[in-house]
Amino acid sequence: MGNFFSKIFNDLLGAKEVRILMVGLDNAGKSTILYKLKLGEVVATIPTLGFNVETVEYKNISFTVWDIGGQDRIRPLWRHYFLNTQAVIFVIDSNDRNRISEAREELQRMLNEDELRDALLLVFANKQDLPHSLNAAEVTEKLGLHSVKNRPWYMQAACATTGDGLYEGLDWLVNQLKHSS
Amino acid sequence: MSTLSYKKFEDSDSGVLPDKMTVFQDCLQAFNASPVQAKRCRMLLARLLRLLYSGDSFPSTESTTLFFSISKLFQHKDVSLRQMVYLTIKELSKTSEDVLMVTSSIMKDAQNGDITYKPNAIRTLARVLDASTVNATERLFKNSVVDKNQSISSAALISSYHMLPVAKDVVKRWTNETQGTISASKVFLTSPVANHEQYGSQNLSSFIYQYHALGLLYHLRNHDKMALMKMIQSLSSNNVLKHPAALVQLTHYIAKVLETDSSLAGNFESYFEIALQNRSDMVALEAVKTIVTIPALSGLIVKAIYVLDTFLSAPRTVVRFAAVRLLNKISLTNPENIVVCNGSLEGLINDSNRAISTYAITTLLKTGNNDNVDRLIKTIAGFMDDISDEFKIVVIDSIRSLSLKFPEKHKSMLSFLNDRLREEGGFNLKNSIIEAIFDVIKFVPESRESCLEKLCEFIEDCEFTELAVRILHLLGNEGPKTSKPTLYIRHIYNRVVLENSIVRSSAVIALSKFALIGDASINKSISILLTRCLNDVDDEVRDRAALALKLLSTEKFDEARAFIDPGFSYSLPILEQKLAQYVNGDEESFNVPFDGSNIPKISEDEARAYEYKEKLNSIEESIQKESKQPKEEVSEFAKHNLLQQQYAQELSSIPELAAYGDLLRSSHVVDLTEKETEFVVTCVKHIFAGHIVLQFNVENTLTDLQLDNVTMVSEPDFEEFVEDFVAPIESLKPQTTGSTYVSFTRSETLEGCLFTNNLTYIAKEVDPATGEAAEGDEGFEDEYRVESVDIVPGDFIVPSFAGNFTSVWDSLPNPCSSVFNLSDAKGIADVVAKLIKDSSMSPCDSSELVGSHASHTLKLFGKSINNENIAAVIRFVYKESVGVMVKVEAKSVNAELGTFFANEIIV
Repeated sequence: MGNFFSKIFNDLLGAKEVRILMVGLDNAGKSTILYKLKLGEVVATIPTLGFNVETVEYKNISFTVWDIGGQDRIRPLWRHYFLNTQAVIFVIDSNDRNRISEAREELQRMLNEDELRDALLLVFANKQDLPHSLNAAEVTEKLGLHSVKNRPWYMQAACATTGDGLYEGLDWLVNQLKHSS
Repeated sequence: MSTLSYKKFEDSDSGVLPDKMTVFQDCLQAFNASPVQAKRCRMLLARLLRLLYSGDSFPSTESTTLFFSISKLFQHKDVSLRQMVYLTIKELSKTSEDVLMVTSSIMKDAQNGDITYKPNAIRTLARVLDASTVNATERLFKNSVVDKNQSISSAALISSYHMLPVAKDVVKRWTNETQGTISASKVFLTSPVANHEQYGSQNLSSFIYQYHALGLLYHLRNHDKMALMKMIQSLSSNNVLKHPAALVQLTHYIAKVLETDSSLAGNFESYFEIALQNRSDMVALEAVKTIVTIPALSGLIVKAIYVLDTFLSAPRTVVRFAAVRLLNKISLTNPENIVVCNGSLEGLINDSNRAISTYAITTLLKTGNNDNVDRLIKTIAGFMDDISDEFKIVVIDSIRSLSLKFPEKHKSMLSFLNDRLREEGGFNLKNSIIEAIFDVIKFVPESRESCLEKLCEFIEDCEFTELAVRILHLLGNEGPKTSKPTLYIRHIYNRVVLENSIVRSSAVIALSKFALIGDASINKSISILLTRCLNDVDDEVRDRAALALKLLSTEKFDEARAFIDPGFSYSLPILEQKLAQYVNGDEESFNVPFDGSNIPKISEDEARAYEYKEKLNSIEESIQKESKQPKEEVSEFAKHNLLQQQYAQELSSIPELAAYGDLLRSSHVVDLTEKETEFVVTCVKHIFAGHIVLQFNVENTLTDLQLDNVTMVSEPDFEEFVEDFVAPIESLKPQTTGSTYVSFTRSETLEGCLFTNNLTYIAKEVDPATGEAAEGDEGFEDEYRVESVDIVPGDFIVPSFAGNFTSVWDSLPNPCSSVFNLSDAKGIADVVAKLIKDSSMSPCDSSELVGSHASHTLKLFGKSINNENIAAVIRFVYKESVGVMVKVEAKSVNAELGTFFANEIIV
């Protein structure tokens, strides 16, 4: 019964439900971003064995964010969650220069998946507060994002612990989604 | 809202399962949809679970696909849906891959989730963890174990239990928390779920975590005996445990401890006394069961039986069954103790549950003693009409064992059996009755005439050919020994006139046996009757009659006797073995006829002694179904014979022994060393008419030493024994076994002797590569001391059967007695068992069953190798302070043997 009313309510007010997949290498800060968005505070996290899923309301859109662990053994399992995904948030540890190419490979592999061909791509260049981190332009360069032509993408510098840049990224998503509908 | 409110969508009672592929497709579709429809998903999960619970399963790929689609339901917050998700993941975790994918989500729920599904989350967590991920959950489990809510605590404890095989070391880290949980007082969950009928009354469910904690703790402490003992002792004394299941479990653990160390029994007596009075029948029954099985607790048995007696009238079937089953177990060892329950047991004879009534009857019959046996049989006769054939057979078997136990009561039992024989019944029932009567005739000689009369009446109107043939055979054997043989001749001849050819031919054989009495008038009438049979229409009948007439008319009557009534039978297993050898041999062996002369013959008395022993045992075994020993296929008698045969063959390969004559007796194997020593030596004593041969079996367990010229230097302490020769082992390779023999001429008298033994040999190093001793290695002489061998009375005696021990005892001359005190003996039963083995005599009047702990009388009967009877009455008294006191009285035709027995039987 509750479902029924909320559905009418949503229809009347035009509230949309959006399914978002948040991936990236391990220790990139995905879970921290998720709970910063959900709770507005920084929680201590342990490496995610599997996934966390939370619903975040923003600008009348209900984001169902799937934060999926980035450890080696879990990466092959990302594919199980591709279906019906409208946007992918790819999180980069900007401070981890050594593994940026590894991140690039994972990203490219994912973008080639057929199930994700219509998905928007938002990249968070996370951990901008750290002194030696790459800036957004450098990350864009290293990931080879300029060669992505077949879908809208957006690079956002961010810092999960302070929350800087997170909502800017969501703003882009909101605009794109409204635009497309 | 509980998951059960959705039952209306599915008729779970119909028994029709949903289609597997439809469920699979529907599930994938619904679970991957966005947004999630909680209601529909719950219903689909319920269908899926019904499939899984009914034993269906999905192959790995399908299962994994399902698992991942179900994992998507974690986005929905519905409490009941989450519960269903957990139940399903628990099932699918067995067949799916990559189940670790839900670990983080579950841990979140298990830590901060809704109270409704928190226990489900914890239980599911244990299924998805592996050794690498379990570490991360340490804090979670510690917190859950000590949680005030007992559903959560229980879930954590059970999950830990399940994780033991994967990660015992990690689980060990919350031993202290587990320990604390046992004595903690926890609340029972009071959410709507708890009020559901499935959870039962609050009383039963509260404290269940104690059971779970105890089980886990036991496994965590299992390796540490001291810690385990401490835990068990403190729990058994401080009355902390409330839950019946926990108490039962504790009782189990106590039993395990007492099995390994019975000296601790005193510490637990008060625990058992309290447990017997526990409100829960389960706890009391478990306590009784332990008291019955652990001998060290036998002091409590009277109290235990009192408790059982009250349970016999319990309204719940399962309690009555458990009680009567335990009583049955007690009745095997201490029948006199449960006589107090006879009243209640009789009430159970007509119990609607067949298992209960069967146990009640067999138990009642076990309690039979001289005073009440008649009354028992009358009671049982009263309800025999109401029960089915197969059940009657159980009763008949019990009566049979009872009649062997109380020979003097055979009259009432016979009349009982006879009444059953007259009633309607199938072949199996009649057969078992006949078997019972046969046994009575065999082992209670004074009953012979009345038994035979009953059987004669029976065959007058017997519809079963097999039974008629068996009875005629028995009449032929036993009839001539009675005072009025002519009576039976008439009965038998009636069969010749009235029955079919199979019965007729066995009747002819039976008739011919009556001619052996030697009475001229009987012989004459038998000849006339047999002559009539020559006109029979059947070949077999005519042949047998002709043969019998020929034998009767022969001059050499003794020769005829040997054919008609040989008085012995061949040892069938050996006969079979020999025949098989003969048949499988090459063609030349058929040139000579099969030689039956070297097959051991068994005289009737010997056969009976073994048969009697086996019968008593087998009857007990069949009732004692939980008996752990697998039934041995070869009977003890046959084994004994085969062994004797084997020895005889081995000995015949030694030329010097050929002149010694027949092997009279071989002792059982005596160990002369520990089992773990470098050379394991055992000894067998072979007795010949004028000699004694000691066979030493030597096993070389070393891997690098070869023994040459192995001999045993045996020195008798009695100079009448003179060494004849020694047969050495030429060479004993590493890890092989060989036998060396030492022969002595023994004195004609039956006397004991002590041989001190020294193994001498030449030791040579062996090259491990070739397995051969190095060439030119002279070796070195060495010797190895082993224990001495005693010639004991039992070496000269073979078991034999005495139907009436008292009369045999009274008839024997040369009484002799002696008294021993065995201060280190543990109980009478041990001594009795050892004596029976050592004496190699046959116990009579069921005296091998020790009923009381304080005193006992053992009656033994046997025959010497010279075929002289020997009987012994041995009395035992047990007192804790002095041990077992034994008085041996022996009587024998051979005075020397009697004296020897009385003085030396206990060494």
